[in-house]
Amino acid sequence: MSTPLLKVTDLHASVGGKEILRGVNLTVRAGEVHAIMGPNGSGKSTLANVLAGREDFSVTSGSVSYNGRDLLALSPEQRACAGVFLAFQYPVEIPGVTTAYFLKAALNAQRKARGEEELDAMEFLDRVKAKVALVQLPETLLNRPVNQGFSGGEKKRNEVFQMAVLEPTLAVLDETDSGLDIDALRVVASGVNSLRSPQRGFVVITHYQRLLEYIVPDKVHILMNGQIVKSGGKELALELERRGYTWVEEELAPRSSKASA
Amino acid sequence: MTPQANDLEVLQQDYKYGFVTDIVSDTFPPGLNEEVVRAISAKKGEPPWLTQWRVRAYHSWTKMAPPTWSSVHHPPIDFQAISYYSAPKPKKKLDSLDQVDPEVRATFEKLGIPLEEQKALSGVAVDAVFDSVSVATTYKKKLGDLGIIFCSFSEAVREHPELVRAYLGSVVPHSDNFYAALNSAVFSDGSFVYVPKGVRCPMELSTYFRINASNTGQFERTLIIADEGAYVSYLEGCTAPMRDENQLHAAVVELVALANGQIKYSTVQNWYPGDKNGKGGIFNFVTKRGKCAGDHAKISWTQVETGSAITWKYPSVILQGDHSVGEFYSVAVTNNYQQADTGTKMIHLGRNTRSTIISKGISAGHGQNSYRGLVRILPRATGARNFSQCDSLLMGDLCGAHTFPYLEVKSPTAQVEHEATTSKIGEDQLFYLRQRGIATEDAVNLIVNGFCKTVFKELPMEFAVEAQKLLAVSLEGAVG
Ligand SMILES: Nc1ncnc2c1ncn2[C@@H]1O[C@H](COP(=O)(O)OP(=O)(O)OP(=O)(O)O)[C@@H](O)[C@H]1O
Ligand SMILES: [Mg+2]
Repeated sequence: MSTPLLKVTDLHASVGGKEILRGVNLTVRAGEVHAIMGPNGSGKSTLANVLAGREDFSVTSGSVSYNGRDLLALSPEQRACAGVFLAFQYPVEIPGVTTAYFLKAALNAQRKARGEEELDAMEFLDRVKAKVALVQLPETLLNRPVNQGFSGGEKKRNEVFQMAVLEPTLAVLDETDSGLDIDALRVVASGVNSLRSPQRGFVVITHYQRLLEYIVPDKVHILMNGQIVKSGGKELALELERRGYTWVEEELAPRSSKASA
Repeated sequence: MTPQANDLEVLQQDYKYGFVTDIVSDTFPPGLNEEVVRAISAKKGEPPWLTQWRVRAYHSWTKMAPPTWSSVHHPPIDFQAISYYSAPKPKKKLDSLDQVDPEVRATFEKLGIPLEEQKALSGVAVDAVFDSVSVATTYKKKLGDLGIIFCSFSEAVREHPELVRAYLGSVVPHSDNFYAALNSAVFSDGSFVYVPKGVRCPMELSTYFRINASNTGQFERTLIIADEGAYVSYLEGCTAPMRDENQLHAAVVELVALANGQIKYSTVQNWYPGDKNGKGGIFNFVTKRGKCAGDHAKISWTQVETGSAITWKYPSVILQGDHSVGEFYSVAVTNNYQQADTGTKMIHLGRNTRSTIISKGISAGHGQNSYRGLVRILPRATGARNFSQCDSLLMGDLCGAHTFPYLEVKSPTAQVEHEATTSKIGEDQLFYLRQRGIATEDAVNLIVNGFCKTVFKELPMEFAVEAQKLLAVSLEGAVG
């Protein structure tokens, strides 16, 4: 088989001396969508941030390869330029910097890194206008400071909008569906679906099975206590929705007590 | 000697009287006394009233002590060790840019200063393509046709003494404060602008294009008058790094706007800030003040302060005319061991006067940045309004930001609003931008420029672009 798009092997990461990821294994092939579910505090965002290169987290062991490259050796901006995108669970406000200016800087930084020509203001605008429409945000958003004064739902749609403009190869969406009304949910899902292609992979972190009705995943993983403890098809999400996480814990309990005995 | 006796004596003196210092030499020996003041005036061939004005300033100064209320720290300055007169000497001409300090050249490149301008700034002989003298002459002709006077202060004293006499010291009296008094006694040269009634000056006036602007020295004096209904926009300084052997700079700027007159004064200050360890650098102790003398007059100060080891300046507006407007927009950056104590005073005297204060302080390294502002609203100023916003941005853990807003409101109908924030350049913000592919330095610049946006948009377009680049250069390496 070909080289996987993303291969996470026995990844351990900690913050402030506390181990959060305790041996994560995950393989995503180009063209696939993987969903990650798990209780609050289980380490989902930590995994997303470690993949994106956030320096607050220190990787203590394990490896991550991206298209066969050592992802952990790259800076956050190098990863972005290599096609890794993170839709933040909590998008950040940048006062005084318009969304258009920011996104043009980002797109051109990425194009430059790939040896492509930078876009001028006109070319850039042409390109983004269609994408704004895709996520059904008003064009005036482009002239507003990044995320400042945006509603929760607007911030999430703005993440999808940026993803649509930057056209990443690997997109990690961290609870992009949280706090969205049902229409917005469809908008976000169609934004993701329109980008689905045999070359791209997605890791979709969510608490709700509902999103997965719109973005149908190839695999669903359950992350608990810093480990992927169960993987399955999309029916796993339905089961979680029905039964919560306790049955997973119970299923695991005998094994782990045996291990510690 | 009592001041009265002294004044009398001064009034009776011919300007050559008591002149014992060697006037043939180009540079006076260090030290300051009345004779030196008279000698400066004589060197410049000034009329007696101006000599007397200088002498009075000198005597006020001798009774004052350097201010100690600001937050800046420096060893005491020995004012007797400074030489107060140096004949304007043309800068030593270099043959090519290769002879310019490579560090200075690198900065020119980063600022994107065109080659010919680089040459002019660093004293390389320029060819005919960029002849600043001829540019200045063209400007002068155009301005002259409109009756606008734009010349050096010395020329104004010679050619337009009645205007200088009417307005000099009318906003900043010669005894205003220690450094203003010193400046009044010994000022070297500076700029003079007069825009006649109803005339709108069609271009930005810039010291850069004024002949001999480069040699105004450490005690600069500027006087700008917008007559009734006149408008002028004035640019001071440039983004190119300025080095100077004189450590102390004490300038005075006076602005007078008559009824319906408007003055917009923009500064980019980039004097040598000292090295990374805080060695060297300019002390910049400036008094800048404007007076809205008539109804509906307007004065705006916009400043971008990135240079100097120590900056001490409070561009202020006296709102005397009814419905007059005062504005202060400031970005002050301190990096390494720089100190800035800056802010403004808005003195509301007239009815329905309005003032706006937007101050953005950025501290990095060991830099210390203080905002000090006074809003005073007197009883007659019914309906006066002020809005103040002071934001500080910290980069790193060793720098500091301090805010000292003073309010004195004596009119019950006044409305005053004050907002202040202090934030650290957010790791979250940096990571967000980097995750999108933007390199750390560029991400810092983006955040800083966003922070300063409300001030930059007040600058003339070209200046704003330069100011952004300047900020980037000043904060290089401050994060990461
Ligand atoms: N910077 C930090 N300092 C200390 N603890 C942290 C830090 N970041 C994360 N943690 C802790 O790591 C654990 C995992 O957090 P993480 O954000 O990855 O959870 P999550 O699975 O995304 O949860 P949620 O579903 O609520 O978003 C939590 O206990 C959290 O408190
Ligand atoms: Mg999370």
